[in-house]
Amino acid sequence: MSDLALDLARIQFGFTISFHIVFPAISIGLASYLFVLEARWLMTKQAVFLDLYHFWVKIFALCFGMGVVSGLVMAYQFGTNWAGFSTFAGSVTGPLLAYEVLTAFFLEAGFLGVMLFGWSRVGPGIHFAATLMVALGTLISATWILASNSWMHTPQGIEIINGQVIPVDWLAIIFNPSFPYRFIHMVLAAYLATALLVVSAAAWQILQGNTNVGIRKMLSMGMWMVLIVSPIQAMVGDFHGLNTLKYQPAKIAAIEGHWENIPGKASPLVLFGWPDMAAEKNHFEVAIPTLGSLILRHSLTEQIPALKDFAAEDRPNSTIVFWTFRVMVGLGLLMILLSLFSLWARWKKDLYQNKLFLRFALIMGPAGIVAMLAGWYTTEIGRQPWIVYGLMRTADAVTKHSVTELSISLTLFIVIYLLVFGVGVIYLLRLLRIGPKPNESLQGDAFSINKNEVEDFIIAAEFHPPHSTPSEKKED
Amino acid sequence: MNFDLPLIWAIVILFGIMMYIMMDGFDLGIGILYPFFKDKTDRDIMMNTIAPVWDGNETWLVLGGAGLLAAFPLAYSVVLSAFYMPIILMLLALILRGVAFEFRFKAHENERHFWDKAFIFGSIAATWFQGLILGAYINGINVIDGKYAGGPLDWITPFSLFTAVGLVVTYALLGSTWLIMKTSGELQNNSYRLTRILAFILLAIIVVVSIWTPLLSNQIAERWFTLPNIIWLSPIPLMVACLFYQLQKSLAAKANTSPFIYSLGMVFLGYLGLGISIWPNIIPPNISIYTASSPHASQSFALIGALIIIPLILAYTAWGYYVFRGKVSKDDHYH
Repeated sequence: MSDLALDLARIQFGFTISFHIVFPAISIGLASYLFVLEARWLMTKQAVFLDLYHFWVKIFALCFGMGVVSGLVMAYQFGTNWAGFSTFAGSVTGPLLAYEVLTAFFLEAGFLGVMLFGWSRVGPGIHFAATLMVALGTLISATWILASNSWMHTPQGIEIINGQVIPVDWLAIIFNPSFPYRFIHMVLAAYLATALLVVSAAAWQILQGNTNVGIRKMLSMGMWMVLIVSPIQAMVGDFHGLNTLKYQPAKIAAIEGHWENIPGKASPLVLFGWPDMAAEKNHFEVAIPTLGSLILRHSLTEQIPALKDFAAEDRPNSTIVFWTFRVMVGLGLLMILLSLFSLWARWKKDLYQNKLFLRFALIMGPAGIVAMLAGWYTTEIGRQPWIVYGLMRTADAVTKHSVTELSISLTLFIVIYLLVFGVGVIYLLRLLRIGPKPNESLQGDAFSINKNEVEDFIIAAEFHPPHSTPSEKKED
Repeated sequence: MNFDLPLIWAIVILFGIMMYIMMDGFDLGIGILYPFFKDKTDRDIMMNTIAPVWDGNETWLVLGGAGLLAAFPLAYSVVLSAFYMPIILMLLALILRGVAFEFRFKAHENERHFWDKAFIFGSIAATWFQGLILGAYINGINVIDGKYAGGPLDWITPFSLFTAVGLVVTYALLGSTWLIMKTSGELQNNSYRLTRILAFILLAIIVVVSIWTPLLSNQIAERWFTLPNIIWLSPIPLMVACLFYQLQKSLAAKANTSPFIYSLGMVFLGYLGLGISIWPNIIPPNISIYTASSPHASQSFALIGALIIIPLILAYTAWGYYVFRGKVSKDDHYH
């Protein structure tokens, strides 16, 4: 097995999962958002919530579809490319994945049809239940896959017999030490990424001079979400970091770009630098003495782990994770800043007029997605050279395909993913550009852009209680 | 109590794959039949008949993969590594057709043809590679020390090329009888016409595969042609013949639902026949479900969930089909 083949296999997995993860994350966020919108509509009968539902369900359907097809690849890639891993640890990751399919994928798929196309075929209560099932499905799915992923970081509840993992205690496997932190951190990341997307779409509309009650509602709901979630996320991230410090000290050393401790002295915090794995030092380093110990150990003397404490072949690539971590944290701080700005604008009563705020909100649209990817690169590349931390090396997990085969498959993945998901994003942006309109919910079902409006109105009228007709929309 | 877990799991996975072949079979079939229906309205209707259900249908494929990993990790890693290229190509094809459902209705008028083509190409290619994998799987996989030991192109054989074509015809027949059930008018009439031709081709393919498979290995020949097996197994070909006859009768009578049911029956029997040929091996020709099993703790943990949840899944899936029952016409605005 050449190093090149291993690298190609890793690049292929990284590439396919980077594309994949964005869509389920947005699906998690949007499904919960749609659930809230439909609940608010049922409670208040204000048409604006139904309008927003019908607008965002189109985006949801698009993201969900792309998530399904890109996820299918993931379910098979463990075997096609990581046979060693599957033979070794399939006894743990397999049942967890099976539970994900059984309890989440089928639930989502089973009720998605009704959620998207069932408005005229079931009553509002049943439709709401379908939305709830889909939203629950996305969260259940996240639970299982993060249990599985966390187990690869902090494996527990097993013994190894004849080179195969034997599960001993399933509760210990599922609720492994890093699972609670990773799960909450990821679900909040999905909510943040979605909220920022919603806010950004609204900000764009207002900056274009389009404003209606739906667009303002979107902006306001999204900003409350960011305001509440972004500080919590920072706290959860901090706890997650302390958990990593305990179980994967080498990852922390790599994230901090911290090479060695001087006996008796507290560890510094490297603010800036270019970690060089070969030279075992940082170029252009800017560091603050003692701050590393203070942040990670809450102490003025206790040292943090250093890369040189670990054999060279056991170190994760600090050059990458040092920077991906800083991208994530930087974007997180900007999110908190944006939410404080929104609070100030609300207090000033110019949330919907403040150009500076709206522009800031607009450019922060992709920030949640970028931060999430950066976070995943940090934790996954930080786990290297292990695939199951401390138990199996990535190099021993890979299927021994030739460089030719891997080059062909990787090229195909890149070409088709860029084409398909590139176009998907274009369609998504097109929808966002149209924006939610009053009467969106009277435009028929979820996919009604090119529709004969008269017929749609007839269909829509069947499921719209008379008092949801757009009387309050006249204010626009 | 001592359950034969590998046996139960093999049945669960076989059931999952059967559900996949029968259910995703008809919606892949719609894509395969797209070239025979050029009209945009027809194509809209065809897609609308499957839009609410295709996603659930495809989930059975994910269950097949996950179940295999959970219960037979050795088979999962060996089989998927052996069929690296065809599996990757199948998945990419499924991506192309899967996104077409959404993209086709989001595309501008002048872009739609591209996603029509992606839907056709993706459906045919995905099916073709599935058939190829099926044939190559029956051909057998070379395994040494729990690892795939064959070459990168072992999956291309005359038999696998034939089963690839066979599966395309199979799914097309499921698709055309599904259309008979879900559509009306000219679209339904054309589906009757296509079904008649496809049924004959499929019968021929079943006959050829039935003769070819025992010729592949003595093991398979013995399974079918020794006493007493030959007596127990003889109803299977007889029932295929019977279903074919019923299918023809139902087509002549312009029945709506029964052609689809008879086609499903034929496909089920074909699947059963192939299963009987390789049983109890999970990596043909000689690694059995018992050799490839995951630890008892893995199989029992996952099985509890499977046995409780699969009935629920079947129930709400059936409900979904019930909600979208009846004919789809151009006045239905699913999209």
